[in-house]
Amino acid sequence: MSMDRADIAFAVNGAAVSVNVPPLRRLSSVLRDELRLTGTKVGCDAGDCGACTVLVDGNPVCACLMPAASAAGTAVTTVEGLANGRLSALQASFLAHGAAQCGICTPALLVAATALLDTKPRPTETEVQDALGGILCRCTGYRKIIAAVMEAGWFGSERSTASAAPHPPAGAFSPYSDGEKGSAPALAPPSPRPLRGEGKGVGQRQLYGLDRDLDRRMPASGHAIGASPVRLDGVPKVTGAEKFGGDSFPADALAVLVVRSPHYHAKFDFGDLDGWAKAHPGIAGVFTAADIPGKNCFGVIGPFADQPALAEGFARLRGEAVALVAGEREAILDLDLSDFPIRWTELPHVLQPRDAQAEGGALIHGNRPDNLLTKGFVERGDPEAALANAAVTASGAIDTSYVEHAYIEPEAGYAYVDGDTLVVVACTQAPYMDRDDTAKVLGLAVNKVRIVPTATGGGFGSKLDVSLQPLIGLVAIKTGRPAALAYTRNESMMSTTKRHPAQMKATIGAASDGYVTGMVFTGDFNTGAYASWGPTVANRVPVHASGPYLTPNYRAEGRAIHTHGPIAGAFRGFGVPQATIMQETLYDELAGKLGMDRLDFRLKNCLRNGSETVTGQLLVSGVGIAECLEALRLHWARATADADTFNSTSIDRKRGVGVACCWYGCGNTSLPNPSTIRVGIAPSGDVILHQGAVDIGQGSNTVITQICADALGLPLEKFQLKSADTAISPDAGKTSASRQTFVTGKAAEKAGRALREKILRFANVSDKASLKLDGAVIVIREGEATRRIDLAALDANADGFVFRAEETYDPPTLPLDAKGQGKPYAVYGYGAQIAELEVDLKLGTVRLIKITAAHDVGKAINPLLAEGQIEGGIAQGIGMALMEEYIPGRTENLHDYLIPTIGDVPPIETILIEVPDPEGPFGAKGLGEHVLIPTAPAILNAIRHATGVLVTKVPATPSRILAAIREKEARA
Amino acid sequence: MIRYAKPTTVDEALALLGGGTWRILAGGTDFYPVQGSKPFRDNVLDVNGLTTLRGIAETASHWIVGARTTWTDVIRHPLPPAFDALKQAAREVGSAQIQNVASVAGNLCNASPAADGVPGLLVLDAEVELRSVAATRYLPLSQFVLGNRRTALQPGEMVTAIRVPKPSGTSAFVKLGARRYLVISIAMVAARLVVEDGTVADAAVAVGSCSAVARRLAGVETALRGLAVGAGLVVAVRSAPMVELSPIADVRGSAEYRLDAVREIVARAVLAATETPAGDKVAA
Repeated sequence: MSMDRADIAFAVNGAAVSVNVPPLRRLSSVLRDELRLTGTKVGCDAGDCGACTVLVDGNPVCACLMPAASAAGTAVTTVEGLANGRLSALQASFLAHGAAQCGICTPALLVAATALLDTKPRPTETEVQDALGGILCRCTGYRKIIAAVMEAGWFGSERSTASAAPHPPAGAFSPYSDGEKGSAPALAPPSPRPLRGEGKGVGQRQLYGLDRDLDRRMPASGHAIGASPVRLDGVPKVTGAEKFGGDSFPADALAVLVVRSPHYHAKFDFGDLDGWAKAHPGIAGVFTAADIPGKNCFGVIGPFADQPALAEGFARLRGEAVALVAGEREAILDLDLSDFPIRWTELPHVLQPRDAQAEGGALIHGNRPDNLLTKGFVERGDPEAALANAAVTASGAIDTSYVEHAYIEPEAGYAYVDGDTLVVVACTQAPYMDRDDTAKVLGLAVNKVRIVPTATGGGFGSKLDVSLQPLIGLVAIKTGRPAALAYTRNESMMSTTKRHPAQMKATIGAASDGYVTGMVFTGDFNTGAYASWGPTVANRVPVHASGPYLTPNYRAEGRAIHTHGPIAGAFRGFGVPQATIMQETLYDELAGKLGMDRLDFRLKNCLRNGSETVTGQLLVSGVGIAECLEALRLHWARATADADTFNSTSIDRKRGVGVACCWYGCGNTSLPNPSTIRVGIAPSGDVILHQGAVDIGQGSNTVITQICADALGLPLEKFQLKSADTAISPDAGKTSASRQTFVTGKAAEKAGRALREKILRFANVSDKASLKLDGAVIVIREGEATRRIDLAALDANADGFVFRAEETYDPPTLPLDAKGQGKPYAVYGYGAQIAELEVDLKLGTVRLIKITAAHDVGKAINPLLAEGQIEGGIAQGIGMALMEEYIPGRTENLHDYLIPTIGDVPPIETILIEVPDPEGPFGAKGLGEHVLIPTAPAILNAIRHATGVLVTKVPATPSRILAAIREKEARA
Repeated sequence: MIRYAKPTTVDEALALLGGGTWRILAGGTDFYPVQGSKPFRDNVLDVNGLTTLRGIAETASHWIVGARTTWTDVIRHPLPPAFDALKQAAREVGSAQIQNVASVAGNLCNASPAADGVPGLLVLDAEVELRSVAATRYLPLSQFVLGNRRTALQPGEMVTAIRVPKPSGTSAFVKLGARRYLVISIAMVAARLVVEDGTVADAAVAVGSCSAVARRLAGVETALRGLAVGAGLVVAVRSAPMVELSPIADVRGSAEYRLDAVREIVARAVLAATETPAGDKVAA
């Protein structure tokens, strides 16, 4: 039933090409699979994300929507064609501005912006937004992209010297809260840039001097921390050379299709699978649960593991994998699964926690009564008495929705057997966890599974769980051939985890002097069909639901409840963003009842050094929430005055200002959480860093190296990275829980210091000595004395190192007792944000005007990357507040499920606060999740300020906002 | 084997259409999303080789928009102010990448209730040119799109052009969505007003996404005719009947919300149409 192939000739990046493909083959597939130009990405195959944007005769189009036949005779430009012997001005500008994080959308943005700049060399912000409105980015929040395009002209090839770069990195201008930081973030003097592709790891592509005109802003030795060098892994992200999960499939790999449940809950039986396979040429095999050699049960938290890689006899959620079909690529492309021999019998399903907990309801897992996965609990003092005696109380209820991670890279990877070892090459946030779960399912020893992480095109928590790893591993083992799979957008959205929908209630009381006296909170979190990270959410929420405020009497319970809905797992904040909406909206109400300014009320109650948290943890030092709020004070006054002025003359549109805070414990909750870092010096004089903290765009490749460089006392440019491949680098833990800068950073600091000590001891000098690498010689100076260590003259060990250090760090925490009292985290980070917006009272629409964000990062290791985290987290908070609502069976694509576009994120002013933490490396705290937490409550508070109504179900869509306004009008 | 054909003349295309069952491929922006990852099982007639169907021409009585004309072509072509609503709608069709390839006729043939192009063409009294080997016929747009994903296209027929009788007046388009770009509308309105001596001589108002097919609002149009330009138009819209609308509730908004909000955006579109500078041509 296939279609005749045709010879199709066109030009790509100036070179004539001819392919022989079916004429309806998507141009994106032709570029990637036939021409191996994998810089063009596929995010949705539907024109919804724009990641496949290329230029056809100079015009941007979605390559996924163009038949190969339409390309005939045209000139196609892809990201690979933008650099012409050197980075284009735009590519350099993207790197300098930190406009690429994970990099998956970067090629499309570069291509579309190149077309814009060809006609408008100095575009306005609106012109940039109009040109790039069709490309979704989930990491950056878009603001640095806009700046990079508008200011690309500064990076033209005419510029004379690096030091003349007229646009310093944004990070250098962050208004620090305390004076001593004034010099810290300033750039090191521009150093002559070596021609080597320094900083790139083994296995990453070197770029043959392509970046020779790029000012990498490499800091001088000892000044890496606080500097904002161009991210060390940045260049491949702007050239299209970066290899993500789907970008390096072997040509001879079998393609794999996953048969999934179309029902929320159903029994199934297979028919004649062998007969069906034989009837379809090119099919290598069909595999089901019966083929799984190990334990068909995985899960990120061992005691709660409950998820089959392939369902056995019945499926518990829509999208659950039940069988695999492997075959030659062309055969799979032409395979129609509608006659696949499976018979479904639908069973009753429940999608709401209250239905799942109804009396006599069927159990989704037989061992979990009432469909309760687990609950977390924290109690302190006597909250009932405190509320009874409170001068004012505020009570409320908030419901939230499933939120989809919507990284632009769907899960993708391939597996092959190498001797007696299964190798899985895929995108991930947690290589060692992938290794252990894959080994368990496939019945292999853990040392017979090797996970090779590719670049990861966004994760945000969902790529912590295994997805396709055991599936492609099974095919590779069973067939002996490489097996490759890239999820479609639809199956990525159906089958992988979501943010938990929450149904929360709380009451908070305060005394007449304005001090909060007590709080009670309950939250039911819909954890879906399998456990995933549900226990973490249930436990983190009660610890954090007080917000960063002194709450002497407190009780909070978080419950994770199973339904047949999508699996809810980890998503930036583990339930805390939901709980914070509840608490922060009540704080506004309390301030109103007390007649206090909303910011002053928060400042009065916020945690300080010496405070005890709701878990009874004494915070001796490093508590920076008051500094964050103080830093916002002038902005708050200006914003509220602006809103008042506007509102005095506007009737149908009203402006509002809202504020909300966050605190967030970094790392696992009261559980071991170690990271190990290995660093050594090679005979060549290179510093080799085994950087096992997977960089999913947030910047750990750069930040961890900066920390190690200053601990060691050698310059950043001497470092080469080895990736988080489980065969070559020690376990630096998962990229999760805002732990990498803190935990792995601390391990990198320890390893750097240990390596330094070894060198100093070898040279028999004191700790005051300075190190320098001069080719293959370490030059050590102490006072007038100079010693030289000729590395080539020394023996290298088995790792190829002359000097080597490996250090592990595990944050000191204490278990929580039955009342949730203990020390769950060693380090907390803090933040506060102001949202300014305008509500159209006739339509219920919201226009964001500005977000001002003050975050206490302890020490900004890399201010530019920190800003990038803040802007990106705010964009996700905006989505959660205003538009994101995943409905299974209904929004399984990126046009019904809406995430913010480049036109939906307002200007963001970042204020980096540095209150050093005594535990964190160089005082640093985690940041990645904190940044999302205050945004949604600040927006809801601003909407209430503008309209007088609180929307109690998020997202606050125009429909819900207008309904709330109408309801208020009806009451009046 | 399934068939693929890319004819270079309309006659050749019509001959193929008359001889079998084909799925027509134009811009591909609905074709591929509908296909997803499924294999092709239909014969596909690729009309991208029909160069004569691309472009906008002016006759003594009509503007003729070739079926394969893209939304970018519409945006860039100098047209009278009555087309402003259509041009504004064109800028809201998906993204620039979509507008560069998606065809005007494809937007009609796809027959989505949320098709961005339909209201702007309805207020222009556009008609659809349908050709088969046997005949050429013309249908008013309102009689071409029959329902959600349903049109009056007969076997063997294809849309070859959209014909707009030379219009007068000024127009505007308002789209209501939950985000700035790449958004399927919750509701949208096109309004074209002919103002003579400060009075509305004629009005055409159409609403999309609030019924299975975008509809003209006869009651609103009647209420506007004869009124002086100004705030009185808004008052008239507030109380005018909108019986044509039958919105559904979906992920984008409730039915009540749509009815409430659409009245507001009708008023805004009407006001915006009167504020458009009238001239012979507007720049693209």
